[in-house]
Amino acid sequence: MSTQSKKPVLAISNLTVDFETATGTVNAVRGVDIHVNAGETVAIVGESGSGKSQAMMAAMGLLASNGHTGGEVIYEDRNILGLPVSKLNAVRGRKITMIFQEPMTSLDPLYTIGRQLAEPLVVHGGLSWKAARAKALDLLKLVNIPEPERKIKSYPYEMSGGQRQRVMIAMALANDPDVLIADEPTTALDVTTQAQILDLLADLQKRLGMSVIFITHDLGIVRRIADRVYVMKTGEVVESGETAAIFTRPAHPYTRMLLDAEPTGHKLPVPDSTPVLLEAQKVKVEFEFDTGFLQPKHILRAVDDISFSLRKGQTLGIVGESGSGKSTLGRAVLNLLPAGGRVVFKGRQISGLDRAAMRVLRKDMQLIFQDPFGSLSPRMTVGQVISEGLLVHEPALTARDRDARACQALEEVALDPAMRNRYPHEFSGGQRQRIAIARTMVLKPELVVLDEPTSALDRTIQKQVVELLRELQKAYGLTYLFISHDLAVVRAIADTVMVMQRGKVVEAGTVDAIFEAPKSDYTRELIGAAMLTQQQMMETA
Amino acid sequence: MHRYVLGRLLGAIPTIFLIVTISFFLIRIAPGGPFDLERPLEAKVMENLNKIYHLNEPLWNQYLLYLKSVAQLDFGPSFYFRDFTINELFAQSLPISIQLGLSALCLALVAGGTMGVFAALRQNKTADYTVMAAATLGVTVPNFVVAPILTLILGVWLGWLPVGGWDGGKFVNVILPVVTLALPQIAVVARLTRGSMIEALRSNHVRTARAYGLTGFMVVVVHALRGAILPVVSYLGPAAAALLTGSVVIETIFGIPGIGRYFVQGALNRDYTLVMGTVVVVACFVILFNLIVDLLYALLDPRVRYD
Repeated sequence: MSTQSKKPVLAISNLTVDFETATGTVNAVRGVDIHVNAGETVAIVGESGSGKSQAMMAAMGLLASNGHTGGEVIYEDRNILGLPVSKLNAVRGRKITMIFQEPMTSLDPLYTIGRQLAEPLVVHGGLSWKAARAKALDLLKLVNIPEPERKIKSYPYEMSGGQRQRVMIAMALANDPDVLIADEPTTALDVTTQAQILDLLADLQKRLGMSVIFITHDLGIVRRIADRVYVMKTGEVVESGETAAIFTRPAHPYTRMLLDAEPTGHKLPVPDSTPVLLEAQKVKVEFEFDTGFLQPKHILRAVDDISFSLRKGQTLGIVGESGSGKSTLGRAVLNLLPAGGRVVFKGRQISGLDRAAMRVLRKDMQLIFQDPFGSLSPRMTVGQVISEGLLVHEPALTARDRDARACQALEEVALDPAMRNRYPHEFSGGQRQRIAIARTMVLKPELVVLDEPTSALDRTIQKQVVELLRELQKAYGLTYLFISHDLAVVRAIADTVMVMQRGKVVEAGTVDAIFEAPKSDYTRELIGAAMLTQQQMMETA
Repeated sequence: MHRYVLGRLLGAIPTIFLIVTISFFLIRIAPGGPFDLERPLEAKVMENLNKIYHLNEPLWNQYLLYLKSVAQLDFGPSFYFRDFTINELFAQSLPISIQLGLSALCLALVAGGTMGVFAALRQNKTADYTVMAAATLGVTVPNFVVAPILTLILGVWLGWLPVGGWDGGKFVNVILPVVTLALPQIAVVARLTRGSMIEALRSNHVRTARAYGLTGFMVVVVHALRGAILPVVSYLGPAAAALLTGSVVIETIFGIPGIGRYFVQGALNRDYTLVMGTVVVVACFVILFNLIVDLLYALLDPRVRYD
């Protein structure tokens, strides 16, 4: 940490990255200076599109073929930028290694873990395949993979995301690197897994003493692991300095905005006298798997006997890690998949109703999805997307009326109604999620199930969307079922919370009760993994 | 795995049964018979011939008789090539066709694969466009045009290669027919390989391989090509069928005594047993190739399992 040597291990100066596209040149990185000293952890922070990943990809010679670079990347007194591949490979993957954001796809699906770990050892270390295999086993032990002897023969698809990321870390450490570049290595992982991976990285760095460049959009992680921070915006470093200084005295308005981006606010619980809008009793969803001919079927209880009631104007936050059954519960409540138990909406039992009977009710019960890129039809204009539901539920409206309603809905979500004739691909992720919300609001529903509506968005955009959802709730007395793995967002939007694990409710209660005095270990673990960073931030502030 | 293979082979029996049944009755619908010559035979001779070959019995009975002999792997006597059984004809011609087809298939895979990879590595550059233009040409120009042109240039004008004949499968005799037969397949394989290779080169795990400084061979062949070859492997089944049927034209043009020739001759002469035999043999090959393709797939992709 404090081993400041005379000269940096890796020094990037005046780095530029341009992409030639059909619509002209895009300057992704505009003259960036970044250096990392021996044994130091440096974080590069910024929102998506800030050029933080592309800067590092360029330094490693991994740009797409339409990318061009300028500037210098000095490692061991030599500019490695633009070196021919054969020369670059003496450094790349040996002395400077990388971990990527997508643990599910960064490993080759067709080879065993052992083989892939052995490859860089054979290529750079000059080991025989046999010796490399033995070293690979040691590496798996180093990154705490359970049953390494068995796992070394596994294929990536047989491992979880967290385990795959551990394998990537093992690969990065194989040749005793000087610099490890970690590009959002925990973003795709659950909070508890995220915490484990960060701990592992910190521990390994302490033991092995390499430098780490950590690319992330999550300031909580930065606060937790970095010695120094570079803040990037639209291809430029707008601020840099010691982590503590950046967090306590941010100089640039953009840094301040990032720091303020943590969703804040609190929703007051609704009085007990308000009528119950939705009641779920012992809801159960099972999935059957064929295990083979004449074998008993394997049954997975995705949702196991869950009951709750939701009053008008209430927001129930459902939290849990991936695979906990929270999304399945949301769909079961809307009668979108066959489920056991009983669901009562506005005093009427809806479980067991057929499609036609449900269609009438759909207007009042809407769903918003996680993926703003996949959930809007690319072949319809935004105006058509928004007003499509009206065709079904209010067929009496004329085209002009529908258009007016679409405009109104767009205004409600703070988008310019003039944009309704454009297509979804012309909008950013945050704008698309607003369009998805407008599509829901145009029907004036009573219950909205929101399935991870903010997970694919940057923190600052997240905050805006959360605020928008709260305003709409207040204005129209909406009731939300808010599904999320992000506890910070849930704390800001929900008044009651239900924690789920493996299809069961672990704990339920008001936001204050859950976050201030969690009863179960699992809840404590979730909050610890997500909030540790926040508390630290508050301590330093 | 063994159980899977056995299951697939047993599953092929009903398929072959259907093929035999349909083609048996189809060829009988065609007017005329094997002994209808331009100058009709004497009634007595005709009667005797029909008797020998069971053609005087009801069709249903003939069908059952044929099924019985096919089940014993006996395709019966040829109606046209007197003194020969179909089994004897195939014993001579089938190895030639297999050699021709397999050589063409290998050539298509190696040449097409190399061209596809080459084009993908130089995507949207001159080399890529050249390969793809050649591939389009290869698919569109039929082999009965390619064959005479190649023969004319290489055989007649330059005199490097013989213009026809098999001569026991001598290398010089094999070149022209194999190249002509393989040409459209080379084009298809090149296109398929290029497409999936471009996708593979952009994939995250290939980026990992590059980031870890692996050699060009490891990045391109070990990591990108193994995944990219899968669609090509799926195409091998249809390709084998195309090569077998394509050889009908090639064998006729180059005068090669293979099985493809019998397709045409058998059909024209109403040589019922010869046509049926060819159909069954070709069907067996297509089924076998599809099985090999599926096994190859499992070998290449560990996520595919047949347990």
